[in-house]
Amino acid sequence: MALVKGGVLVDDDWTAVDDETALPDGPVILSLKRWLDLRDTLVGRNGALGVYLAADETPDVLAPDLSRLALICLEFPKFTDGRAYSHARKLRERHGFTGELRATGNVLRDQFQFMHRCGFDAYDVDASSDPSAWLRAVAEISVAYQAAGDRRATIQDQRSV
Amino acid sequence: MASKVVTANRLLDGAVVYMAPEGRWTECLVKAFVGSDEDSGSMMAMAERSVADRLVVTPYPIDVEEGPQGLVPSHIKEVIRATGPTVRLDLGKQAGDVCGEHHVSL
Amino acid sequence: MYRYDEFDHTLVNERVVQFRDQVRRRVAGDLTEDEFKPLRLMNGLYLQLHAYMLRVAIPYGVLSADQMRRLAHVARVYDKGYGHFTTRQNIQYNWPLLEEVPDILDELAQVEMHAIQTSGNCIRNVTADQFAGVAADEIDDPRVYAEIIRQWSTLHPEFSFLPRKFKIAITGAPNDRAAVKVHDIGLRMVRNEAGEPGFEVIVGGGQGRTPMIGHVVRGFLPVPHLLTYLEAVLRVYNLLGRRDNLYKARIKILVHQTGVEEFTCLVEEEFELMARETPQVLPGGELARIRAYFQPPAYRALSPVSDVLATALGRDDGFARWHQTSVAAHKQPGYAIVTISLKPIGGVPGDATADEMGVVADLAERYSFSEIRVSHEQNLVLPDVALDDLPQVWRELEAAGLATPNVGLVTDIIACPGLDYCNLANARSIPIAQEISHRFADLDRQHDIGELKLKISGCINACGHHHVGHIGILGVDKKGVEHYQVTLGGDASETAAVGDIVGPAFSGDAVSDAVETVIGVYLGQRQASERFVDTYRRIGLKPFKEKLYGAR
Repeated sequence: MALVKGGVLVDDDWTAVDDETALPDGPVILSLKRWLDLRDTLVGRNGALGVYLAADETPDVLAPDLSRLALICLEFPKFTDGRAYSHARKLRERHGFTGELRATGNVLRDQFQFMHRCGFDAYDVDASSDPSAWLRAVAEISVAYQAAGDRRATIQDQRSV
Repeated sequence: MASKVVTANRLLDGAVVYMAPEGRWTECLVKAFVGSDEDSGSMMAMAERSVADRLVVTPYPIDVEEGPQGLVPSHIKEVIRATGPTVRLDLGKQAGDVCGEHHVSL
Repeated sequence: MYRYDEFDHTLVNERVVQFRDQVRRRVAGDLTEDEFKPLRLMNGLYLQLHAYMLRVAIPYGVLSADQMRRLAHVARVYDKGYGHFTTRQNIQYNWPLLEEVPDILDELAQVEMHAIQTSGNCIRNVTADQFAGVAADEIDDPRVYAEIIRQWSTLHPEFSFLPRKFKIAITGAPNDRAAVKVHDIGLRMVRNEAGEPGFEVIVGGGQGRTPMIGHVVRGFLPVPHLLTYLEAVLRVYNLLGRRDNLYKARIKILVHQTGVEEFTCLVEEEFELMARETPQVLPGGELARIRAYFQPPAYRALSPVSDVLATALGRDDGFARWHQTSVAAHKQPGYAIVTISLKPIGGVPGDATADEMGVVADLAERYSFSEIRVSHEQNLVLPDVALDDLPQVWRELEAAGLATPNVGLVTDIIACPGLDYCNLANARSIPIAQEISHRFADLDRQHDIGELKLKISGCINACGHHHVGHIGILGVDKKGVEHYQVTLGGDASETAAVGDIVGPAFSGDAVSDAVETVIGVYLGQRQASERFVDTYRRIGLKPFKEKLYGAR
């Protein structure tokens, strides 16, 4: 897998751990369950914290913790499973999450623009994909009717200028 | 024992095609390669190569029988796929010459 | 009608460029069929029985004469000279070539048309009452809101991968001509006690495998909150709708399984939160801007009484017959609404040739302020015809074979394409429609029978809306042989109802007899001016069942 941010391949500093493995040093991604189990004990931990949400897990439960999280991963088990788009919007627009919002799973170029609009800013993609495709993909449709997590001006905003 | 033919749709125009000998494809059912039930697996494997080559999409095996004028599909849906809309005899395969000698297969 | 501004044009044009590249990547092998399929579906492109099928959107069923001419052009140049108007007010072409579809979309974009989201698990074409803006019984023009919803739902980033397709319908009149109660969301325009306009929001209606009448989740939704509320419903559905089973994935199943009360709570809770955080509230400025496009045309001040019309009615039986079924009351004095039947006796319901489309376009231009509507009963409408012009309009329709005087009668059959065209079908629907049409061709007999909505679907997906037909016919596969199940008493109007299955399915050659028998029971039992569906409601299923199966 490779990580795309801002249209370029970047190194992934994060380590994802399963529910049994001891936490390594440095930035670590936990499952939601593990986060909820460990959250109190992780206060003051040296090293950034991230949480991985499966498609059927709601981000609302993370609302009180968002200032402690540098990363949230949202899963697309299949690219046709669109639940993470709603999760993303809620995290950005309702809960004010400002950390990295990473799309993971079956993440394909033709959905980049939808993901970007919903507030994702990082994408776990196939190692063979062309990161510059991301830049092209998010620019394919230059206007938008709806307000969403990316806070861009909508067509309505542009009309009332 | 049912006889099997593999059918698919051509990628570029969606036309109904049948797998012919040597993994080629034809619009003409009577020229299709006919296998037995046991052959289905290997016939489909061959068809999948054409999918990978972007010639056809969604191949699947169908039952056929010998009719007075050659092969006939067993199921009415496949009969209609082999001929064209029954309410527009001027359209589809029935209106053309898909089995003519000059016709080019994939 | 709505006209694109630069932003609408930009979106549609960029979408074509995007799709053209997706087609290129598919043909080159950079996209597998699994990856490409949802993308082509979201551009209206199906793979059907004999070829690809392109479904072009006709937003809320409204189009201009120029747009109709372009549809005719597409039929001639890229297809086989005809198109099919559907029960969701769209048009379908049955023979496009994959690599030509972007060219078709380009030509459509030039006249402000597209095929965006006419398929796929996203929000589909919003349908409305085909008499919107001109009906005498209208509270408010639903097209304004249909256009607002169309824009809001187009390329919505959160709702493009829903559990399943999502269909919204809106009616502006108490007489529901948009079948709002059998849509995922149905909107009925209402007024509250203070006289302010708003929407009754109905959720969870639908046909298909498990037909259901929708439930009212909000009795009065003020206009400014329309989009926020829709977002709330869609978000609840996106998150909670089932994704494990294709046949249980529509919102109607979610409402049913959750319970209407609990579902309503979830929506209202989400709506509360959304209303606080995003400015989706409909700004008055935007509403006014869009409403301006739907102002009435420059009607002349005409007398409500037309001597020309009266004379023609008295003199010409053929015209009088046509007038009886094809002309409806208009809110503007001196004008009428003309419905053009696309159900010639023995014809393919809803099909129109490129030439016929051209005739309708010309008539619209000369006699109806260049506007045409498509009804969800697969007919066309000229919404604003002066009474004086009716005889001439009829003459020209007659000459073009477009004056079948059967609108609303038994031969005005609604039928899906069925197994002649569709990959999903179990049985053919069109030949059944044709045979019934021939059987009941006699016009006196049709008028005696009166209003009778007969709807035929070739499979349980119910694209022919058979569940809500007064008589519904459903094609089924019985051991490889086409059979037809008959339902009675369905209703698509404000008194919506799902039809009752009358008994075991009939073979193809027995269907017309069955329909004759059913109508015979009605004729024998009706009282006063009861329509078929009224008699059915009074006497129930039993008399019909006995007559159909009693001998067995």
